[in-house]
Amino acid sequence: MSVGVLTLGILALAGAGFVLGRKRALSSVSGDPRNLHSLPGYHGQSVALFTAIPALLVMLIWLLLQPLFLEQRIATLLTPADIPDGSSQALVMSDVHRVAAGLDALAAKDGLSEQDIDLLRADLSDIRSRLAGVGVAVGDAIKPGVLTAAKAYRLQSATGRLVMGALALLLAVTGFGWSMRRITPEFRARNVFERFVVALLIGASMVAVLTTLGILLSLVFETRHFFQLYPARDFFFSLTWNPQFRGGSDLGIIPLLWGTLYVSFIALLVAVPLGLMAAIYLAEYAGKKTRTLAKPLIEVLAGIPTIVYGLFALITVGPALRDWFAQPLGLGSSASSVMTAGLVMGVMLIPFVSSLSDDIINAVPQSMRDGSYGLGATKSETVKQVILPAALPGIVGAVLLAASRAIGETMIVVMGAGAAARLDLNPFEAMTTVTVKIVSQLTGDTEFASPETLVAFALGLTLFVLTLGLNVLALYVVRKYREQYE
Amino acid sequence: MTLSSTNPPKSLFAVDARTRKRNAAEARFRLYGLIAVGIGVLALIVLLTSVLGNGLGAFRQTFLQLPIALDAAKLDPSGNRDGEAMKKVTTIGYGKVIQTALIAEISQRGIATEGVSAKDIFGLVSKEAPAQLRDQVLANPGLIGQTITFKGLANGRVDGFFKGRVSMESAALDSNISPAQLVLAQQMRDAGMISVSFNPAFIFGSDASELRPESAGLGVAILGSAYMMLIVLALALPIGVAASIYLEEFAPQNKWTDLIEVNISNLAAVPSIVFGILGLAVFINFMGLPQSAPIVGGLVLTLMTLPTIIISTRASLKSVPPSIRDAALGIGASKLQSIFHHVLPLAMPGILTGTIIGLAQALGETAPLLLIGMVAFVREYPGAPPDGFFEPASALPVQVYNFTQRADPAFVERASGAIIVLLVFLVVMNTIAIILRRRFERRW
Repeated sequence: MSVGVLTLGILALAGAGFVLGRKRALSSVSGDPRNLHSLPGYHGQSVALFTAIPALLVMLIWLLLQPLFLEQRIATLLTPADIPDGSSQALVMSDVHRVAAGLDALAAKDGLSEQDIDLLRADLSDIRSRLAGVGVAVGDAIKPGVLTAAKAYRLQSATGRLVMGALALLLAVTGFGWSMRRITPEFRARNVFERFVVALLIGASMVAVLTTLGILLSLVFETRHFFQLYPARDFFFSLTWNPQFRGGSDLGIIPLLWGTLYVSFIALLVAVPLGLMAAIYLAEYAGKKTRTLAKPLIEVLAGIPTIVYGLFALITVGPALRDWFAQPLGLGSSASSVMTAGLVMGVMLIPFVSSLSDDIINAVPQSMRDGSYGLGATKSETVKQVILPAALPGIVGAVLLAASRAIGETMIVVMGAGAAARLDLNPFEAMTTVTVKIVSQLTGDTEFASPETLVAFALGLTLFVLTLGLNVLALYVVRKYREQYE
Repeated sequence: MTLSSTNPPKSLFAVDARTRKRNAAEARFRLYGLIAVGIGVLALIVLLTSVLGNGLGAFRQTFLQLPIALDAAKLDPSGNRDGEAMKKVTTIGYGKVIQTALIAEISQRGIATEGVSAKDIFGLVSKEAPAQLRDQVLANPGLIGQTITFKGLANGRVDGFFKGRVSMESAALDSNISPAQLVLAQQMRDAGMISVSFNPAFIFGSDASELRPESAGLGVAILGSAYMMLIVLALALPIGVAASIYLEEFAPQNKWTDLIEVNISNLAAVPSIVFGILGLAVFINFMGLPQSAPIVGGLVLTLMTLPTIIISTRASLKSVPPSIRDAALGIGASKLQSIFHHVLPLAMPGILTGTIIGLAQALGETAPLLLIGMVAFVREYPGAPPDGFFEPASALPVQVYNFTQRADPAFVERASGAIIVLLVFLVVMNTIAIILRRRFERRW
């Protein structure tokens, strides 16, 4: 039974539960709702919830865990002879999955019965070409062990599904029957229902925590996996980045970090003065008309997707910088460069810096300005000598947040900065960043057990730690500052 | 010490040197601010004009129009108009038909073709045109034996020539087109055989291979993006609203609640690519969901959008005055009833505004989708939901990235055109959000 049909069935049962529960509550007081503790609707809703939620929950958990258990059980079926030299168990397991999917497709297309599939033999029946016939491509000839494992995988996952279906249905029916039997005039259906709903609300707020947990776990696990294949010392301290698909790669993070920091530095060099000055102008100088016009215009920059900035860097800024600056000055001939990515990213960050600084400048108490004016200071003197020092912690926080944005930005550097890992000072040279390499190591057909692919997770973890550190620091600074004036 | 200084008394109207300096510094500072604002606005204008200037051409395409006699002997050798048998005639066969018809039409109109071989004349036609004709005939076998007016795509270089992307000089260096061919194309345009007109296939058609930029379209990408937005809406809105209600109305002030709140604000600042890694590791490798499927993209974008929705929902729940809750509780409503029957409906405009803005963000997000296999070349439209959620699709921003990775310069125009489509969607969504806020949000 497919998951969709099962879900629909359970939901239908829940719907019936609502109607029947309501009816039963009403009939228990012979149609006079005033004698019920809770409104009849609540009786119906409590039946529906107790029918649907536990069953769906069990289904979800089962679907998440079943592949894990199966994987382990099937892996024990594979003998060392089934794993060719230079391959790994994970690769053979993916073959097993593909063959199993192919067998499913065969069963669906050619109408093979279960016995027929059981009789298939790797050495006799030409499985590879038959699988190719249903659109499943398998690399080499299929070994008998792999075929056996695939058959077992199919059978066991089918059994698993069946057990899950039965269990979910059983739970739904039990929940239905149990909550129907509970209905009496005195039954506090509303309280039960409300407690259930609050539990669901708590569950929803757990999703954020689970997401963080998922990010951390997946990054940490795969990174550990990577460090088993590749020495951590080389990753952190090697000065070359040179992945080879045949092995023997140099995977040093330092050139990537250098590119990341260089691009971010240029971006901040653009964004911080411009954003800050724009914020000061809009907060202190601009008339109401200018403000209502210019502020949304600058904020539109923040709403533009980064892919648009990436394209802008690729087709406009990059060639312009190359033709007008880099080539005349003899600094390089590459359209993608640190400068291109940095400038465009700086433009992207202007609204980010300016709106954060704007909030902070507006939070400086008016009395401080008035005091400064009273002493005869001009506006710019007030800004430079009173407002900025008072707002400094907040502005530092804003800059830190902008830096974290810059470090984590992907599309602009993928399209603007280039792909060559290099330690260089020339800003018109193409360099690459951590995010670019995450993308390039994880896209395309890569086998999942090689250090060249897994390094992306180590890069991701570095990125995550870096940005998280900056964010926490920024929040801390901002919070500290807010307390000063509250 | 006396108060009188050595300086002679001065008129108030004569500005002294120091004041002048201070005033000049003031004016300079003000100018800096104005320049900063100006640069910001200028950057926006340059960005938009660059994209619009490059991309508007993608909506118009060069077409060839010519009468073609569909010869039964060539296109349906079996002669019984049987669809299966007719499929045996490949696009090469149809290409030959187009070639003969094209040469005949050119000579009939008296256009000189010296120095241009038959192969080069056919080179003006897109490699996609035979497939177009074939599809047209297979869809309607009754056409065989008739003479139809066929409107097919012209080659990308010819298209580029009429849009100013390809010049005689560049054609001389180009192995795909020669200046003589362009001269011929210009003559054909003057004779009315070639025209540039609006191309709906750019919006509704599917992607095409590297060699035929003229037929690449955004249909699959738009559909994939729409599917993902549906998933995000269906998951992120209820989960986000439920989480905000708990945090705003029920959660006790304790460490655990603090943890959740810090978590949410941190998630909002996690780089989007990290969500892509999460999607790859958890949804694809661990849960075994298919690659490049809208369901995975939708789930990843849901997790990314949740913090935005939670933050805006909490703000709008907070803005509903406590008197509403007190009044509901006072007449005997339970806490849950007061929230669901009174507070939530009043906060709804704000929640919807936040949701639309979150969706707009998700629509433009590219980096995480690259990691979950959305970059794959997908020509087939995904099926109807819910099965379609599990079939390979592309997404609008990823399609832009895909176009930019291809060698033919004609794809730059396509990429910019795709950006225009994306921006139109974003503008529409943000406008709806602004209208919602203006019309329905209540100030208390």
